[in-house]
Amino acid sequence: MAGSTPASPSVDLTVAGDPAFLGLDPSPASAGSHLVSDGTAALAAAYPALAAAVPDAPAVDRRRSGAGEVWFRFSRHRLALASVFVLAALVLGVVLGPVLWPTAIDDIDFSAMLQGPSAAHPFGTDDLGQDLLARMIYGGRISLAVGVAAMLVATVVGLTVGSLAGMSRGALGPLLMWVTDLFLALPQLPLLLLLIYLFRDALKRVFGVEGGVFVMIVLVIGGLGWMPVARLVRAQFLSLREKEFVEAARSQGGTTLHLVLRHILPNALGPVIVAGTIEVSSAIIAESTLSFLGLGFPPDIPTWGRILFDAKDHLDTATHWALFPGLAIFLTVLSINFIGDGLRDALDARRVV
Amino acid sequence: MGAYLTRRLLIAIPSLLGISLILFVVLALAPGDPFSELATNPSVPPEVRMALRAKFGLDDPVMFRYWHWLVAMAGGDWGFSFQSRTDVAALILGRVPTTLFVVGSSQVLALVVAVPVGIVAAVRPYSLFDKVANTLAFAGFSLPTFFTGILFILVFSIQLHWLPFVYDADIQATGFQWYWLHVKQAIMPVCVLGFFQAASYTRYVRSAVLDVARLDYVTTARAKGLADSTVTLRHIARNGLIPVVTLVALQMPAVFGGAIVTEQIFRVPGIGALLINAMLSNDTPVVMAVTFVFACLVVLFNLIADLLYGWLDPRISFG
Amino acid sequence: MTAPLLDVQNLTTSFRRDGAWREVVHGVSFTVNPRETVALVGESGSGKSVSALSLMRLTPRDSSRSGGRALFEGRDLLALPEAEMRKVRGDAIAMVFQEPMTSLNPVLTIGFQIAEGLMLHRGLTRDAAEAEAVRLLDRVRIPAARSRLHDYPHRFSGGMRQRVVIAMALACRPKLLIADEPTTALDVTVQAQILDLLKSLQDQEGMAVLFITHDMGVVAEIADRTVVMRHGRAVEAGDTAAIFRGAEHPYTRALLSSVPRLGSMAGEPRPLRFPIVSTTTGAVDVPPALPDTLKPADRPLLQVSGLTTRFDIRGGLFGRTRGRVHAVENVSFDLRAGETLSLVGESGCGKSTTGRSVLRLIEPAAGSVLLDGEDVLKLGPAALRERRKGMQMIFQDPFASLDPRMTVGKAIAEPILLNRLGNRAEARERTADLLARVGLSPDMAGRFPHEFSGGQRQRVCIARALAVRPRLIVADESVSALDVSVKAQVVNLMLELQASLGLAFLFISHDMAVVERVSHRVAVMYLGEIVEMGPRAAIFGAPQHPYTRRLLAAVPVPDPARRGARAALSVDEIRNPIRALDYLPPERRYREVSPGHVVQVWGEDWEPARPAAA
Repeated sequence: MAGSTPASPSVDLTVAGDPAFLGLDPSPASAGSHLVSDGTAALAAAYPALAAAVPDAPAVDRRRSGAGEVWFRFSRHRLALASVFVLAALVLGVVLGPVLWPTAIDDIDFSAMLQGPSAAHPFGTDDLGQDLLARMIYGGRISLAVGVAAMLVATVVGLTVGSLAGMSRGALGPLLMWVTDLFLALPQLPLLLLLIYLFRDALKRVFGVEGGVFVMIVLVIGGLGWMPVARLVRAQFLSLREKEFVEAARSQGGTTLHLVLRHILPNALGPVIVAGTIEVSSAIIAESTLSFLGLGFPPDIPTWGRILFDAKDHLDTATHWALFPGLAIFLTVLSINFIGDGLRDALDARRVV
Repeated sequence: MGAYLTRRLLIAIPSLLGISLILFVVLALAPGDPFSELATNPSVPPEVRMALRAKFGLDDPVMFRYWHWLVAMAGGDWGFSFQSRTDVAALILGRVPTTLFVVGSSQVLALVVAVPVGIVAAVRPYSLFDKVANTLAFAGFSLPTFFTGILFILVFSIQLHWLPFVYDADIQATGFQWYWLHVKQAIMPVCVLGFFQAASYTRYVRSAVLDVARLDYVTTARAKGLADSTVTLRHIARNGLIPVVTLVALQMPAVFGGAIVTEQIFRVPGIGALLINAMLSNDTPVVMAVTFVFACLVVLFNLIADLLYGWLDPRISFG
Repeated sequence: MTAPLLDVQNLTTSFRRDGAWREVVHGVSFTVNPRETVALVGESGSGKSVSALSLMRLTPRDSSRSGGRALFEGRDLLALPEAEMRKVRGDAIAMVFQEPMTSLNPVLTIGFQIAEGLMLHRGLTRDAAEAEAVRLLDRVRIPAARSRLHDYPHRFSGGMRQRVVIAMALACRPKLLIADEPTTALDVTVQAQILDLLKSLQDQEGMAVLFITHDMGVVAEIADRTVVMRHGRAVEAGDTAAIFRGAEHPYTRALLSSVPRLGSMAGEPRPLRFPIVSTTTGAVDVPPALPDTLKPADRPLLQVSGLTTRFDIRGGLFGRTRGRVHAVENVSFDLRAGETLSLVGESGCGKSTTGRSVLRLIEPAAGSVLLDGEDVLKLGPAALRERRKGMQMIFQDPFASLDPRMTVGKAIAEPILLNRLGNRAEARERTADLLARVGLSPDMAGRFPHEFSGGQRQRVCIARALAVRPRLIVADESVSALDVSVKAQVVNLMLELQASLGLAFLFISHDMAVVERVSHRVAVMYLGEIVEMGPRAAIFGAPQHPYTRRLLAAVPVPDPARRGARAALSVDEIRNPIRALDYLPPERRYREVSPGHVVQVWGEDWEPARPAAA
């Protein structure tokens, strides 16, 4: 790997959290014994000797299977459940916002500069007297859209690279993983900035100002965010393709495509869904960071990061200007992360089947 | 161990080459002439422009250009900044120590917080402490560094007037005062970066230690009659922290990304701030060189982590 | 009679799961006298391991609790303050666990891990403790103990690690050793060595042993008294010989009747089903003899010749191939319709690889596999998929061999649809039919694998394999993971299917006793080669090759009366089949000792038997 891990432990990182869920194998591949956890959540079962206490009994109540079981386990994660409502409110707010609060985002009013929250301007105004609530509703749509679109790009690329690497038995697998690890070692933010710095003008010409910057930011963030998904998918594939149920399907005449689509992919999907969720939140952070550094969307497109960027020189006089977009980013990212954590429990994604 | 070390070193070289190639390809694919700015910028003397064009060999085939650029970079000739009109290498090297100081201190802070908290949380899973630590960790890495930085400035500089929010590299003071002012101005950038990383590291440590805590040899150690603290420190933590070394190394790109943001917020004169300023003023040689320096630092820290891993894990030497 | 060393009275243990307490050990009582070996025997889920951990108070403190009393030398272990209990652990009572590969800390030297307890309980200095550790390593017969003191665990094989773990447990000369399935993870010849070692150490040290196991053979081998556990209760306790002679409880009788006994098949012409004893009434159902399934035919169903499979080992600076595992080396055998040929051997001998190579789940390097005269190894991908209908596989792990996201009905129907053997309706009908055939209810088709027990899952796997109407089934350790009583039922099912469908079985197993029960012919594998092959009666009655003899001698016999009849075993390790790239396999010759019974001519390295290392 690009100098980073000894004998490539299959570790993911972006997932701002739990290495275990990615099938973390802390032991170097070259060493004999390994310490992989069985990932069983229940504490009693965590001790191998105790696991024997109840092994032959079917583990799950049969009335709760499939989606019902997933929802049951998800809803036990109270913070995740609450986050679903918070996120739903935020999404509804930015989608329906223009209907409920039909104020223009670029109405300049020099008589109402840098005003704090009031009835006329619930979130206050900026240094041009523009209404911050309207600007945040507008910016929120862009931030969320960037997050979802970049996640799709990252997931599609990651799934493709990961499944190819995971199914290959020749030189393709190691080569793809070398590229993946190389991308992981890239300094992401500088590279993001560099790409935007170099390509901004060209894309603007093709897609127009707003569209061009949007397409570029999505491609760049997604294009630098697929590696964790790829490593995860590969680890799952490597583990699953040796599983006896896959061998059984192979010995019954299943083609490779059948094995992948019918047996491997469905079983690998849980962790991918979780990683995808986390990918949305990291893409939102990446976009806000770019905008905050003045290198994302232009000033007339007020994403949350851009509003913060404009606000940071007026902290002493207009605190609200920075607080509202900052809190919006924080709440969105936090609730997505909690939902990801809940999904991880619910889909039992910790377990590399 | 010797063979392992050699192998890691040899693997680092293609990574560096790969990264430099990616950077160069990005530059080569960029539409237009990256030096067009020069043509229209009256402050750039024509001879500088010509020298740059020649050095980057803009009319040669791409592979030649890459080769020339690489040789020049390796030879320490990083070009000439047309904004500050100095040698890029000197400009960057003068700022690297500041960045390393901030990043290094924040990593130390992050580990000092994350390791004990993660271990305690893992040893008592699902306890109140674990739940509180876990929730705080989630909040921690959901707070983008730029927002934490702004909050810190709001509270500690604007409201409380405790700390300065502009970093000054040339403090005009002597003796103890000099140290104190340096520490004071570093507190906020270091904390912003450190707490963000501490949040992710806490989760890593917790889950790595939790994985170890359920292993057979821990039960074996307890069956020997060892006290819980001994079992935790000698048998659980020691093993649990080995994979964390790798995880910390893999976080390095994110750490340097965070450093760029914090340097920008607190106006710390490090290479991150240099990068942003160079971009805003279209100073291409500086942009390329700084990005490459970041890449080198990432590879360097990964290498250090590899060696640390090999040193910590006795099984490695036979790999 | 002296006072018991350990007197367990009405032990209960509960675990908290999802907020509710669940009792898994319900009032178990037994005693262990000084210098005595007591076996706690039971199938998985019987609570035997939990009982042992509870005595040591090693169950997770926050989510478990124990009741009752456990008097050790008059003191109640369950009521001692934690600090006092720590003084008992590792000193007066020591413990050995099942999994030698994971019960040593990988980042500490074995010397330190042994010395740790001595420094703690005896207050020795590190140097003195390590000197004592050398002595202990000598006692567990680790060669060159002094030089290995500072080695890390990964440099030891499984058997050697278990010796280290035993040395660690013996460090403070415990009065009671609790051994929790200490030989289950080991190969049978290594198991025999470890059991011998434990016995001789027990005699020398004068300690008592509480031996937890599921293996009645091991019980017969070592236990003075036996406590049989089931569902968290002790159902029967008594003198081991008496229990084997005539158990009182129906469960014990059922358990004993399903234990295969090596040698019990002498004089039987054909494979034999296990008698099934009701666990509640004790009524015995002796199955009628099976019909002769072997029909005269022109040519064998399967002809394997010169099969060779090797794996490259990569390593070094640029991942070059550094060596090769000669997993299967020039293996040849025939298999007739209706016949069972067993491949036996210890881990790493290549028996599983042979099975997979025959089905081409692994690509062999050389040889030919003729199924009905057609070479499977020469088929293209499409033709191979088509021909695979004729041969199916049943795997070892019933938990891993079913797709967790597919109902068992879909899993069984899948091969029918894949091979276009019928439309959906027909597939559904046949699925119901197959479920009934393997002893499950057809309405279970809509359930997911996690809703079944291990034995039921293995039945589902058999049904799935039968779906394409194969003529050959490769059964790779198919019953090894199952509890004895379930194992007996699944073996019976396989034998019945053979009788009714005329199936040929390539039965891969390390369990000699089961093999004796089910086979027509047996092939013994060692380091990738067949060293001996012949009719079952000949292999078990008149083994020729030294390895076959050693293997058979190491099998614990569930009959206390035959205890100690075995010759002493050496500390030989099983050698590994990794070879240099330029290695040329030696030319092998075979001789036929009786009709159909061939033996590889062995070299000097087998004879004379090397003396046991001191």
